[in-house]
Amino acid sequence: MNALAARFNAIFGADMAGPLAALVAVLIVFGFASPHFLTGATFGSVAFQLPELGVLALAMLMPILTGGLNLAITFTANIAGLTLAWTLQAKGGIDAGPGAFLLGTALALAVGAASGLVMGLVIAFTRAHPILVSLSMMIFLRGLGEFLTRGGDISGFPTFIAPIGHGSILGIPVPLLILIACVIATHILLSRSKLGFSTYMIGSNIESARYSGINTRKVLVLVYMLSGVMAAVAGIIMLARFNSVRVGHGESYLLITVLACFLGGINPFGGFGRVLPVFVALIVLQLLSSGLNLLGANQHLTTAVWGILLIVVMVLRWLSAKFIRSVK
Amino acid sequence: MRKLFLSHTTEVVLFAVIIAMSIVLGFATDRFFTLGNAFDLLNISAVNIIFAVGLLVVLIAGGIDISFAVAASIVQYVTALALERIGGGGWVSGLLIAACLGIVLGVINAFLIHRFRIISIVATIATFNVYFGLLMFFTKGVSIYNLPDWLTSRVIIYEREMADGSWAEITLPVVVMAVCTFATWLFITRTTTGRQLYAFGDNPEGARRFGINIGAMQFIAFGWLGLMAGIAGLMQAHYAQEVVPNALYGRELDVLAAVVLGGARLGGGKGSVLGCVLGVLLVSITQNGLNLMGVSPFAFKMFVGAIILVAITLSSARIGNLVPVFATRKSTDAQPADRGES
Amino acid sequence: MSTATNDGVKARPLLSLRGINMTFGGVKALKNVSFEVLPGEVHCLAGENGSGKSTLIKVISGVYRPADGAEIVFDGERISHMTPAMAQSRGIQIIWQDLALFPEMSVAENIAFQTLSGSRPRFVNYAAIGEIAAEALARLGVTLDVDRPLKDFAIAQRQIVAIARALVGEARIVFMDEPTASLTQSETDHLLAIVRALSASGIAVVFVSHRLAEVLEISSRITVLRDGALVGVYPVEGMTQSKITELMTGRTFDQNVRARDVSQNPVLLSVSKLSRPGEFEDISFDLRRGETLGITGLLGSGRTELALTLFGMRRPAAGTIVLEGRAMRFASNREAIASGVAYLSEDRLSLGLNQPQSIADNLVMASLNRILSGRLISPDKKRALVARWIADLGIRIGKQDDAISTLSGGNQQRVAIAKWLATDPKVLILDAPTVGVDVGARAGIFEIVARLAETGLAILLISDEVPEVYFNADRIIHMEKGRIAGWHDPRATTLKDLEAAVYA
Repeated sequence: MNALAARFNAIFGADMAGPLAALVAVLIVFGFASPHFLTGATFGSVAFQLPELGVLALAMLMPILTGGLNLAITFTANIAGLTLAWTLQAKGGIDAGPGAFLLGTALALAVGAASGLVMGLVIAFTRAHPILVSLSMMIFLRGLGEFLTRGGDISGFPTFIAPIGHGSILGIPVPLLILIACVIATHILLSRSKLGFSTYMIGSNIESARYSGINTRKVLVLVYMLSGVMAAVAGIIMLARFNSVRVGHGESYLLITVLACFLGGINPFGGFGRVLPVFVALIVLQLLSSGLNLLGANQHLTTAVWGILLIVVMVLRWLSAKFIRSVK
Repeated sequence: MRKLFLSHTTEVVLFAVIIAMSIVLGFATDRFFTLGNAFDLLNISAVNIIFAVGLLVVLIAGGIDISFAVAASIVQYVTALALERIGGGGWVSGLLIAACLGIVLGVINAFLIHRFRIISIVATIATFNVYFGLLMFFTKGVSIYNLPDWLTSRVIIYEREMADGSWAEITLPVVVMAVCTFATWLFITRTTTGRQLYAFGDNPEGARRFGINIGAMQFIAFGWLGLMAGIAGLMQAHYAQEVVPNALYGRELDVLAAVVLGGARLGGGKGSVLGCVLGVLLVSITQNGLNLMGVSPFAFKMFVGAIILVAITLSSARIGNLVPVFATRKSTDAQPADRGES
Repeated sequence: MSTATNDGVKARPLLSLRGINMTFGGVKALKNVSFEVLPGEVHCLAGENGSGKSTLIKVISGVYRPADGAEIVFDGERISHMTPAMAQSRGIQIIWQDLALFPEMSVAENIAFQTLSGSRPRFVNYAAIGEIAAEALARLGVTLDVDRPLKDFAIAQRQIVAIARALVGEARIVFMDEPTASLTQSETDHLLAIVRALSASGIAVVFVSHRLAEVLEISSRITVLRDGALVGVYPVEGMTQSKITELMTGRTFDQNVRARDVSQNPVLLSVSKLSRPGEFEDISFDLRRGETLGITGLLGSGRTELALTLFGMRRPAAGTIVLEGRAMRFASNREAIASGVAYLSEDRLSLGLNQPQSIADNLVMASLNRILSGRLISPDKKRALVARWIADLGIRIGKQDDAISTLSGGNQQRVAIAKWLATDPKVLILDAPTVGVDVGARAGIFEIVARLAETGLAILLISDEVPEVYFNADRIIHMEKGRIAGWHDPRATTLKDLEAAVYA
């Protein structure tokens, strides 16, 4: 038993146990509960719904690892989406060309980075609490967006944008491909780059990191900028999926991304956690959603079940920690 | 005076900012410095201040709560249904039901946090989703408009006709807010339990070694917030004259921003009722001022966000942190790390 | 077990413990320990880190509950389950090693916290609290503004507050866990006088300190613990420091002066008239290749501030730092590290090492550029680098990925040294390298230091433990109030003379 656990930990990492167990449980329970669950349709819908939430969760992940939080991700995504939308409109709306799209995308990513830059600078240089900084940025961006759009929708984009939200390459949905690319990039960044290494070190003790010659301010600023860029990617995916931009789109994802990170074993105080368990946790959440949908439940019941799942996982972690202590 | 200034820096700064803003607004608009507007400000801020003083207690005890606003929505809804069941009720039964429900929902958080050692932000994000999801599921998002008459009719405590013929009024929520604020102040500064909450938030291990009941601290803090959330929920229903299940969704972050702006520390041990009230008022005055100056309502939040961002940047920034040369001063407000042997 | 007192009279013990066992996660922290304190005596509890001293205090104060079979008798009353509240009501007071104070609360509330504790809610009487605090401070002959929050005060004053807190109410026995750790000599003397006064007024004091000289000066009996077990109880008469060390570690130590003549070696670091007002003034010295230059002085002498300036974390107001003939103006410690300066922090727990992170990550933290392959960190290079230093410094570890906090103090410090050696430094500043390191493991650290000096590394050895500097440095600077008060050559002076100069 112990040897098996050790092998599992060696292959997947100890933090993978919770999410994988939840994944198996969800597959089994809904597999029995609904004959339509283990079908291509379910996985197709998951594949299309997962990316927005998934990319936003990645945007949340890195700040949490530094011991912070970025509550501005959803509205950063909206503002980035607006940037792209306006660029397209300025360049001909429905008739805009790929050049306009590329320009708009670049501007959208830059806007995301700028939002992160401001937060990162304030957090790094004043040591104000990230919750408060990102919260005020969130309120600001929401206000800015509502002011600029007067609460309305922006739509009317060239047709070649639709495939980003709805198309498939080799049978794999394009948004899922984007998500997978982002997951891989974040994984490599965190596990192999100097920035990633420093992120973890700052998360568990920023002063000791500084004494060891890590440029803690630069790291914090970069982390929040990358978080902003990731949020912008999510904003672009949302634009393509809904074929419109409205400030407030995806607002309810905000706390779900935090939930997904915790479910994936990210330490709420920072310093510990990996991308892949979070990715699995996201799949679990989305499968739960689809499964409950098949059983006739609506999104709100799903939200409640997501919350219950987080509690259950935390209680199980507590029990297993207690068990390990008693065995020793 | 100097002592007061030193020990209440945040409150003094906030107060100065509010005064400065008021002076500017007083010159920029005719209406800002009128009794009617001042009362309006209080009427508008009452519900948020009740939430804020509740959240303050949890922050002081070193916790955080994301779920209280949706908990208040549940309280509103269930109280409305319960009142209908008992045939209308009145203020006493309404407040009693709302308070009890609020306490129960707060205590659920405390239970998860204390019994299973779940960190408060994780526990309350979970209960936030559970509370909100279940509320929307069972209500199907349907609002309640046929509330009892006593609940929807405005209760004016004090009124005065102004020179221009308008009425300056203080309504019931303001009085309830004043009672809640005073009760919270009395509780956290004048009772031993309140001081224990500060001590527990400041140095949990130190409090434990003094034999302070850690579990009781969690239940009291979250119970108090639950109580305040319940009362605030009922007051909001009274103010809005309807119960909309997702009306308070998102309010938790606005209140959190105001409370932390008021000097409460995420991490515990620090915060005052005065700061908390000033934090909420600063946000309200900003919105009120923008409104009077004829700024588009769509832009309100933008300014509020920007002002909070600037305020925290200024209040957190010390010379030492901005100029790297001086930044190596070791923080003196940290206890030396535990070198215990256990 | 011997309980004979100095005069041979068998007094009834005030506190008596028998059969105390305590287990944490499978590790036995206390093994069948007995402990006795007589009324009014000053009793020393001695032992290395991890020997169980603090655990024993937590059992006595009711923070931990010992395993079944334990017997606690206080003043003739058998107590089956001690709780913190019971301990307080009986006058058992603890001054914790980490003080366990409340920085955001006022000094008065901290001192009179006992009146705020208890589960029955009451209204707070601030006037009474102020009086209690003022009275307790007056007993210590100290005046502090009791209305200010504790965080406004320096660590030494906080120590005073912790002591004052212990004196509130009817204290019968006071435990002091390393109370002098952050005090200067004169403050320590003052504290020792307080301890004597307490003892004279019939209050028993249990003194836990690693400074053996203090122990010998003040106590009448010593209880020694080793690895969670009782070694014995001894009268202080006839005890020497080396004998206590021997009892604590179970080993004997001989020390010789290591100093060599390095005056022919080329100068590596030349510091001239370096000043930072309020911290240090007019500091000049040359540090040669292969030299170990000791810097000693009391707390507040400006040692650490000087080290941080050489490490680029503070900027000098005046003076020059010349490294290998080039004048240095470090904008940050990153530049200092790149130029070959390394600094081992005095505070290993919060600054020197990143305690929750792994051994491997801590070791490579300052030298990431050396384990890159392309732009990414190479796991193989990292593993190899870590393995090399673990072997080189003889660090005993389980796995590279274990948290650094799982290691003993001595092994942690070796990892911290390895972290800096991996940056290939020319100058290594060691600031209090043996804090929290067991007596037995200190020798191992200094063997490493000596070996490094042989390879040509220039070492600045900072310590307030005068013997450490005396036995291990080639030359010694004595700093006082931010200035160089004198130069000493260990080969030309005795330890006693040096200590006399420093503690004067």
